[in-house]
Amino acid sequence: MGSVAASGTLGEQMAAVILEVAIRGKGFPGAREPVLGDLGFRLGESEIVALVGPSGCGKTTLLRLIAGLDQDFTGEITWPGLGGAGRPRLGFVFQEPRLLPWRTVWQNLALVLPPGQEGAAAALLKRLGLWAERNAYPGQISLGMARRVAIARAFAIAPALVLLDEPFASLDAGNAELGRSVLRDAWGERPTAALLVTHDLTDAAALADRVLMLAGRPSRIIADITIAANERRGDRTTVAQLAARLRDIQEKSVISSS
Amino acid sequence: MADLALHGDLLVNLGITLLRVAGAFALAMVVGSAIGLALGVWRRLDLAFDSWLTVLLNLPALVSIMLMYVWFGLNEPTAIIAVALNKLPSTAVTLREGARTLDRSLLEMARCYRMGRWAVLRHVILPQLTPYFFAAARSGLAIIWKIVLVVELLGRSNGVGFAIEQYFQLFDVTDILAYTLAFILVVQAIEWGAWQPLEHWANRWRR
Repeated sequence: MGSVAASGTLGEQMAAVILEVAIRGKGFPGAREPVLGDLGFRLGESEIVALVGPSGCGKTTLLRLIAGLDQDFTGEITWPGLGGAGRPRLGFVFQEPRLLPWRTVWQNLALVLPPGQEGAAAALLKRLGLWAERNAYPGQISLGMARRVAIARAFAIAPALVLLDEPFASLDAGNAELGRSVLRDAWGERPTAALLVTHDLTDAAALADRVLMLAGRPSRIIADITIAANERRGDRTTVAQLAARLRDIQEKSVISSS
Repeated sequence: MADLALHGDLLVNLGITLLRVAGAFALAMVVGSAIGLALGVWRRLDLAFDSWLTVLLNLPALVSIMLMYVWFGLNEPTAIIAVALNKLPSTAVTLREGARTLDRSLLEMARCYRMGRWAVLRHVILPQLTPYFFAAARSGLAIIWKIVLVVELLGRSNGVGFAIEQYFQLFDVTDILAYTLAFILVVQAIEWGAWQPLEHWANRWRR
């Protein structure tokens, strides 16, 4: 019907872009081929994007480039919202929890909080069911809990963007399900843009607004799928159906790109 | 020994020596740790100063004490620095090994979450170095107290070292042993009263 989508009265309004990735290539010394090839995308404010792809395709590398932990690449990563000055506050959920083992759960959060965020951080811990553990050391709680603490830490700093690197890897199905609901809760508490790296399409189907599929060597984006609004973060059946469809798309894209 | 404590000047000499030990120990630990940490973190610095460290490590205590006395005079600060100089390199070497094993993934986390320099040092780096620090402190106290006696013998007119030299000239073995025993008791008390509780506290997070 409407051919005037650009006016903004029809369709979804485009959110402000907070991150623009335009990578030309990224390799590691000693490796024959680069890990990442020509690869670009934009991320909107409070948009949740899943990056999926086989292991070893450079998903983690891409997150590290975005976080500035690795600056040895060609191309550009820009933050349009900041007018070219530095990078905004980022929450990073690493593959391992990376908590300081000699500081309590609460201290681990408090040490990275910007001033005035204590109340919000406490609320987040309560919502994620970690309040009773606030005075425990990371070695005294289970891995599932430690991962939840790491998620709480990433959201507690009121970041502009949260980077999540396989946050549910090596958790059993029940704990992974719990982890996903924790993430939804965290988003409920405070809508935040996120880049979620995962090899599990169920994670992507359960959490994302949009799915970017990476594949190949060097890696590129082989598919960019926006999930319909009524299918986002649905119940178990919706998620399972969506995951199956994503799997289909992934298989076809891999075949057509190779 | 009780007689010496009551009537002689054992307590006075012991006190003076302990003060010197404390001063030299603090100096050697703080400066040695800082140097060790820097060498462990910055490879280029390590390459530049490694041979110097080896020289200092192998310099006989007697030589460094005499050189210090000759160059800077027979005074209290010189005595303390001369002692510290003998412990400092081994502290630096121990802490350097510690700094080389620092967990990079936690440092990355700290960088990502924008922890300040001091916060990183206090909450990320130093807790990882505590085992190395305790190792250096335990052996350090033993070495320093032995060297303080030499320094006192060579150029001070009080302290345990000075007293022992006098008893040596009188061949008074009983009193030499009394002084030695007194000091061993003090060191044992430090082990029980300071190192062990401190270590327990530093390791409270381990299950």
